Amino acid sequence: MLWEYSPSPEATDHVRIASRYNLFIGGKFVEPHSKKWFETINPATEATLAEMAEADAEDVDRAVREARRAYEKVWKKFAPSERAKYIFRIARLIQEKSRALAVVETMNGGKPIKESRDIDIPLAAAHFFYYAGWADKLEYAFPNRNVSSIGVAGQIIPWNFPLLMAAWKIAPALAAGNTVVLKPAETTPLTSMMLAEIMMEADLPPGVVNIITGAGATGAALVSHEDVDKIAFTGSTEVGKKIQRALSGTDTKLTLELGGKAPNIVFEDAPIDQAVEGIINGIYFNQGHVCCAGSRLFVQESIIEPVIRKLRERISTLRVGNPLDKNTDVGAINSRAQLEKIQELVDSGVEEGAEMFQSSCSLPAKGFWFAPTFFTGVSQSNRIAQEEIFGPVLSVLTFRTPEEAIEKANNTPYGLSAGVWTEKGSRILKMAQKLRAGVIWANTYNKFDPASPFGGYKESGFGREGGLHGLAPYVKLS
Amino acid sequence: MARIGVKKTYKLFINGEFPRTESGRSYPVVGKGGVLLANACRGSRKDLRNAVQAARKAVAAWSGKTAYNRGQILYRIAEVCESRAGELAEELRRQGSSAADARKEIERVIDRWLYYAGWSDKYPQVFGSVNPVAGPYYNFTVPEPTGVAGIIAPEEPALLGLVSRIAPAIVGGNTVVAVTSESRPLAAITLGEVFETSDVPAGVVNLISGLKSELVPWLAAHMDVNAIDATGVTPDKLADVQKAAAENVKRYVHFDGDEIGWTDDRLSQSPYAIFEFQEMKTVWHPMGM
Repeated sequence: MLWEYSPSPEATDHVRIASRYNLFIGGKFVEPHSKKWFETINPATEATLAEMAEADAEDVDRAVREARRAYEKVWKKFAPSERAKYIFRIARLIQEKSRALAVVETMNGGKPIKESRDIDIPLAAAHFFYYAGWADKLEYAFPNRNVSSIGVAGQIIPWNFPLLMAAWKIAPALAAGNTVVLKPAETTPLTSMMLAEIMMEADLPPGVVNIITGAGATGAALVSHEDVDKIAFTGSTEVGKKIQRALSGTDTKLTLELGGKAPNIVFEDAPIDQAVEGIINGIYFNQGHVCCAGSRLFVQESIIEPVIRKLRERISTLRVGNPLDKNTDVGAINSRAQLEKIQELVDSGVEEGAEMFQSSCSLPAKGFWFAPTFFTGVSQSNRIAQEEIFGPVLSVLTFRTPEEAIEKANNTPYGLSAGVWTEKGSRILKMAQKLRAGVIWANTYNKFDPASPFGGYKESGFGREGGLHGLAPYVKLS
Repeated sequence: MARIGVKKTYKLFINGEFPRTESGRSYPVVGKGGVLLANACRGSRKDLRNAVQAARKAVAAWSGKTAYNRGQILYRIAEVCESRAGELAEELRRQGSSAADARKEIERVIDRWLYYAGWSDKYPQVFGSVNPVAGPYYNFTVPEPTGVAGIIAPEEPALLGLVSRIAPAIVGGNTVVAVTSESRPLAAITLGEVFETSDVPAGVVNLISGLKSELVPWLAAHMDVNAIDATGVTPDKLADVQKAAAENVKRYVHFDGDEIGWTDDRLSQSPYAIFEFQEMKTVWHPMGM
């Protein structure tokens, strides 16, 4: 049963959101050449939060030129230990402003405040802190090589973890001595703008980090700009392939962190209650807007009945609603477009004959919402077992033997992450070895850390972010 | 009457066997002064497909071998190359190298196998890590093979170039489909005989001779190839290879032999060449009582 909690909304009165944001280029906010602005909203209320500048090709060029100037004239010439100090400062400033950042992240993206407050923002600060320390130690990461920076990095990030993804991109790039042009997703630009203000407050030399807002066309202009030395993209596999194609014939370095359809595999000897929590966290964390979400649940046949029963009970207790409420478990879907995409795939699941179970929670009248959902009776060929839904929707499948689980789990073009639940240590290690994915969570799920490399196999992309391995995309070795 | 020699038919090397090309076609390989040296197989799409299938089938067993075992097999390749050094050098010489250059190239080829043999049980220690995460978790990262690698060998040095690209791929547990030097394929095909007699399991290395213009686009676009090494692709065709590689997000690898040279032992052989054919896997597990 669902206990009634009194409303516990996070205060927003301490947060200042400007009515209009310009582009952060060369250390200051400048009006876009395009003379165009677009609205950014709160997906939980559909209320407009601010107007954002739409960068056109001319604006992108201006940002890249500033990044180039800052690279050649300033950043490259700094002693690495001095570069580190700026990055440490950024980490500290994020910590100092953590609550405001968390509130804006939740207002702009729809994610529960307890996630932005306890996960997104602390991890973003930790990421800068981690890479700051690398800046003057790079030669220890690449034995027997001379390490140098690349130049200007163009970085395009998604809307699911806006500030955290900005940190994942900017921190290693700066530590390795590069300068940056970052484009946040068009639905979640606000914390990037707050990050721009933090860069100013940290006295980061103008042009070292430039942040430009806009949609796909802005990103495409950044990708095709001739003076960008490296592109880092996190987003869909479809767009990732386009970028890889667009960069063919150039010397631009590329890393891609793309989609996933992760298997979460539960063996009969697993501690079932813990596993159920892991399943819930795996798919309903951040409304399932997670590229590494455990969206395909594989349950050993002998325990399918209790697992489904517990899952049904558990999703009925998830609190769905106001993302700013500290008790909320599942917030708003990020955008109307994403909601439509989720609905379309869920409809296909019903049409293809899978059985749907949905939480009977009530949903707010305004905003974009989707009740936590899972399907049973799913077959491997169903669209909901093959395509990334990027929403709070789980497909449940079964297996009998470990070999069958591996076979089914690996049967997708993706390979970002996987989960394994079992008490048997030797089986964990074997499964971890056999699963073709870049991150394996054993008896846990959706854990992230700046020291831990993250990235995919196969069509989930290439390159790693985080850890020592996250430096490699931003250095030249000779 | 002088004895008539038995001429060698240069065939393909697929799945541990030496089939003639499915195309039934050949192309002339000529040496100095336009002398016809052999009719090499003009490999086809079908040959490539068979080779990729064999390579895919071989991945599990090859990557599942112990590092020590893979190291010993690479060492065995070096041994067999050494014992067949005369024959391989002679082929290079017939293809246009001076006797001294041919000899030097073979010596380097042997040493390169030995170099990578020694890396088999060391690169995971260089590239792997235990990660100090902020929580009660044991977290480590290990390199794993990408899978099937397509390798386009440079025209020259025909044998050293091929070996320099195959060795780092297979020592790391990948299997390979390689397109050999189009103009100088002879020693490369003989290298198949070396693999066949060195305990290299069938399918781990597959060698296809033929016209690069016919073979490369298919290999680059093949959906069951995980990485493409375009070292032997001419600059004007690199964009096409990269574009085709995007179809399944292939890892793109390119060693600039013309710029760096094949004899700079610091840059033309290194664990970083192994790294290019590896995926990094990170595993988390909670720690508790």
